[in-house]
Amino acid sequence: MSGPNTNYDPVEVAALDPAAIEAATTSALSAIAAAATLAELKAARVAHQGDRSPLAQANREIGALPPSAKAAAGKLVGQAKGRVAAALTERQGQLEEERDARILVEEAVDVTLPTGRRPLGRRHPLELMSERIADLFVGMGWEIAEGPEVEAEWFNFDALNFDADHPARQMQDTFYVDPPDSGLVLRTHTSPVQARALLERGVPLAIACIGRVFRTDELDATHMPAFHQVEGLCVDEGITMAHLKGTLDTLATHLFGDGITTRLRPSYFPFTEPSAEMDLRCFACRGSDPGCRACKGTGWIEWGGCGMVNRNVLTACGIDADRYTGFAFGMGIDRALQFRTGVSDMRDMIEGDVRFDAQFGMEI
Amino acid sequence: MRVPVDWLREYAALPPGTTGADIAADLVTVGLEEEGLHTSGVTGPLVVGRVLTKQSEPQKNGKTIEWCSLDVGAANGTGEPQWVVCGAHNFEVGDLVVVILPGGSVTTPQGPMVVTARTTYGHVSAGMITSERELGIGDDHSGILVLTRYFADRPDVIATLAPGQDALSLLGLDRETVEVNVTPDRGYCFSVRGIAREYSHATGVVFTDPVLALDRSAPPPNPQGYAVHLTDDAPIRGRVGCDRYVARIVRGVDVHAPTPAWMAARLKDAGMRPISLPVDVTNYVMLGLGQPLHAFDLALLDGPIVVRRARPGERMTTLDDVERALEPTDLLITDRGADRALAIAGVMGGADTEIGDSTTDVLIEAAHFDPVSIARSARRHKLPSEASRRFERGVDPLLAPAAAQLAVDLLVEFGGGSADPGVTDAGAVTPPQPIDLDLDLPSRLVGVDYSHARVVEILEQIGCQVAAGNGHARVTPPSWRPDLRTQPDLAEEVARIDGYTAIPSVVPTPPVGSGLTHGQQVRRLIANLLAAQGYCEVWNVPFVGDARHTALGYAAADARARTVALANPLSDEAPLLRISILSTLVDSLRRNLSRGAKDIALFETGLVLALDGPQVSAPTVDVGHYPGAQTLATIRAAVPPQPRHLGFVLTGDRDRAGAWGPGRPADVTDVLETATAVLDALRLTATVTPDDAMPFHPGRCARIDLADGSLVGHVGELHPKVFAALDLPPRTVAGELDVDVLIAHSGIPAEAVTLSTYPLATSDVALVVDEQVPAAAVSAALRSGAGGLLEGLNLFDIYRGDQIGPGRKSLAYRLSVRATDRTLTTEEVSGIRDAAVAAAQSAVGAVQRV
Repeated sequence: MSGPNTNYDPVEVAALDPAAIEAATTSALSAIAAAATLAELKAARVAHQGDRSPLAQANREIGALPPSAKAAAGKLVGQAKGRVAAALTERQGQLEEERDARILVEEAVDVTLPTGRRPLGRRHPLELMSERIADLFVGMGWEIAEGPEVEAEWFNFDALNFDADHPARQMQDTFYVDPPDSGLVLRTHTSPVQARALLERGVPLAIACIGRVFRTDELDATHMPAFHQVEGLCVDEGITMAHLKGTLDTLATHLFGDGITTRLRPSYFPFTEPSAEMDLRCFACRGSDPGCRACKGTGWIEWGGCGMVNRNVLTACGIDADRYTGFAFGMGIDRALQFRTGVSDMRDMIEGDVRFDAQFGMEI
Repeated sequence: MRVPVDWLREYAALPPGTTGADIAADLVTVGLEEEGLHTSGVTGPLVVGRVLTKQSEPQKNGKTIEWCSLDVGAANGTGEPQWVVCGAHNFEVGDLVVVILPGGSVTTPQGPMVVTARTTYGHVSAGMITSERELGIGDDHSGILVLTRYFADRPDVIATLAPGQDALSLLGLDRETVEVNVTPDRGYCFSVRGIAREYSHATGVVFTDPVLALDRSAPPPNPQGYAVHLTDDAPIRGRVGCDRYVARIVRGVDVHAPTPAWMAARLKDAGMRPISLPVDVTNYVMLGLGQPLHAFDLALLDGPIVVRRARPGERMTTLDDVERALEPTDLLITDRGADRALAIAGVMGGADTEIGDSTTDVLIEAAHFDPVSIARSARRHKLPSEASRRFERGVDPLLAPAAAQLAVDLLVEFGGGSADPGVTDAGAVTPPQPIDLDLDLPSRLVGVDYSHARVVEILEQIGCQVAAGNGHARVTPPSWRPDLRTQPDLAEEVARIDGYTAIPSVVPTPPVGSGLTHGQQVRRLIANLLAAQGYCEVWNVPFVGDARHTALGYAAADARARTVALANPLSDEAPLLRISILSTLVDSLRRNLSRGAKDIALFETGLVLALDGPQVSAPTVDVGHYPGAQTLATIRAAVPPQPRHLGFVLTGDRDRAGAWGPGRPADVTDVLETATAVLDALRLTATVTPDDAMPFHPGRCARIDLADGSLVGHVGELHPKVFAALDLPPRTVAGELDVDVLIAHSGIPAEAVTLSTYPLATSDVALVVDEQVPAAAVSAALRSGAGGLLEGLNLFDIYRGDQIGPGRKSLAYRLSVRATDRTLTTEEVSGIRDAAVAAAQSAVGAVQRV
């Protein structure tokens, strides 16, 4: 008689004992659950999922079983391995998450530390005001014209109907270029650009000129030898003072808000007829303080001159003054900045102190 | 022009209760802007009080006060005695004094002081007994004002004094004066007469022209008048210097007679100092009617008065004791056979015939002079006066007889003189030219629908004679309005009198514009870019002097040749226009440094002078004439070139120190980076080469040129001599670029290419060159050698040391290459690198370091 046929006979294999499988699984699950770090979990993985783990051994034993027993044993071991693997994955995830959270906490910095390695610079508020004004006129369909600061007397005065002997053309206000018969001045207003634009562009025409002008005033809290104007010129058939008023009201509202009160006051300029001054309700006292320094108690602050272009100006620039009419104005931008932002001392505008610019953003 | 309200009331029917503020508000509507409102500075209750009791009480501080009770009638509301502490002692029981009751105020040098009932020296003092000085009506502060003494020469006033009476009106302290600004076209408003007329236009109240009555009473000219001859050898612009000369004589005038108080008060209110009766009368007539007068001592006149132009080389001494050289455009009043100059007409008299202590007979001159002639004389002799101011702006040519009559009347009444029957009225004035007015023009110009009837009504209201018909009118302006010459002048009158408030607000719709120009966009872009890079924008007045040019190392003569000087600079130290932004930008830098800033980044854009040849004169052409294309071209060409420059400056740390670590001082690379950012923003390719140009350090200065050779500008470290001369921190760096060049060369749309998605290959190479070889030259050679597949070239290391020997440097570059159609092979990449190295070798002698 031969020995037992291990190929065909069921054999008692200790490793495949269901109780032993269950014990190994339980041991693995508790080891996994007990692993407090990823390193401990790695050790548990080796011990309970590695080649030498009880379940791996049991798995290898399955091959020795007779075919009739393989399926049951395989299912038993497979399920056990599945539970261990799932537990490992879950624990791995938990521990990784804990580790990540800890690292992020450890990596926290004080986000309130001061900045300023290279602080933002600034635009000058007068330039920002100028751009704001230019944008309004561009939006209304106007164009922005320019001219030189050292200007021919003819453009600055004669073309604008300032007669050489007229009191309006007086030495004390104008910087003359040497020698006195040079025929050149520092422009006293942006108005010479009117003449330049009429000559160069013809009519119909709507241009604004924004720029620096010069008068022989010593620098103090209310005067600067150089300041800024916006000049407007609109010439076409049928242009009236009502269009002038509409344009200036639009500009005033754009710069100072809906509540601004303006008035047109009869005045005199050689280059306009009829002429007017536009005044703004005093920004400081709103007309309520007879002792107000800003408006000298009058309740109004002069913003600039305007009127209908004098026929002599149109004629000097080769325009048919019988057919075309136009209006022109020259408003102070420095004063507009005072109105909009309350700058009280004009010296602050010109001295270039970085603290002045820093009060304003990059939009005004 | 200062207008005393009580004087205005004489010519215009002011409604009762009209205040100075009301008048100012009305006058502004017709174009007379308020300049100020002047009052006595004293507000009531200010009343007459009779001293009932007076008790002297010595005080611990050594002073003695008077504890007084006063009868102030019902002015205190009770009729009971008013108890007041007074520090003065120059009064007795029974005296009439002036008392401010609680609530009233006076003006002190420290501002308004309101009187209240207050406890002082152990009493409640309910008011203040005032002195002349406290009331601003005199300098006497030795004691209080006692009315019986103050009005010693006015028994009529003393007779009416009663306790409780309002002392404001009694002492003229309720007087108000309105000050208005008179525009240069309205000469007639330099008189109370003119202001009253305008007040009437503004309000509709009745205006009584004082000239009408005076004209009626003035006798007609006659041969007995003083002989006056008007001549003019050299009329200015065809207009004779004097077209009317009225002379009147008053004999037996007491020049020491006092000026009546009311006249003195009006003169003072109007801003003039009372001097003597004859002078005060001439000033009074000028202020009241607008006609400047001159008074001569008749006894000192020698023969007929001749008005003529000055002779070449003629001189005269004016009243201010200045001997003046005259020119043939000066108009003179002369006598002694036309040989002796008595006055520069309408400007200033001479001493020879001045009214003096011994004068008894006075000749009054009331003349009409050409505005231009007077303006030129006043300006040339720097003698602006109340008279010249009026003549320059135009005096009513029909006014002279009435003005002379008023002067005669006043001298007779207050100087005890008698009017001489002789009346001179030489010359003939040109009547105002009528204007043909299209009656629709005011509506067409102003945008308000004025009926023809309304236009005529307004023009007649302001004194024009109007003959209307068929839509047109022949309008003759009144004699006092020489400024009315054209149709638009009349349109303005219509708009002004109808009121500017009636003008509607209509926004015009001009032809479509094309937005900001490329240049305007570029300027904004550059400014915003600099600000984003940490620079603060500033601006400076563009005036400099030779000293600044020297400090910046510019050759003073060369700098002068590039610019123009001012004939009337604010400061003799800065008469020149700047030729660079940096020459004034350093002022902003210095100011910030002096105010404690250390790390500073500033920029400025602005115009600079850049004369490239001799300065030429610009012709002028009379107003109202088109100069013609050729003259215009000459005018334009005479205006010196003024390119727009960008200047920027950095001092201290570019990257500041802080909690993050140490700072990094600004150096040349920072300003080059700024310039490069500007160029990159405009998509401009430039070459950077070392240069030696002031104000920069000769070894730390780069010039930037565009591909076509146009110079953009320089950046660099300022020269050590500049630091020293301008007291700037060492190592300050700066740059100056020509914005106009940048604008002219930019703005061409980019031609975009399809981006390659093939991999980027890199190859590193180290090249040894002489120390003097600029990196830009090496880079340029590498670029040209590498050809079109080179995508990037990065100089990532510079080595100097033993391995390569002295005087040499090794530049390590990384070349990035990519093709658009394939992945480059290793051989191809090596080939590109070798070609680049070969180019660098032949261009700058670079040797590859292996």
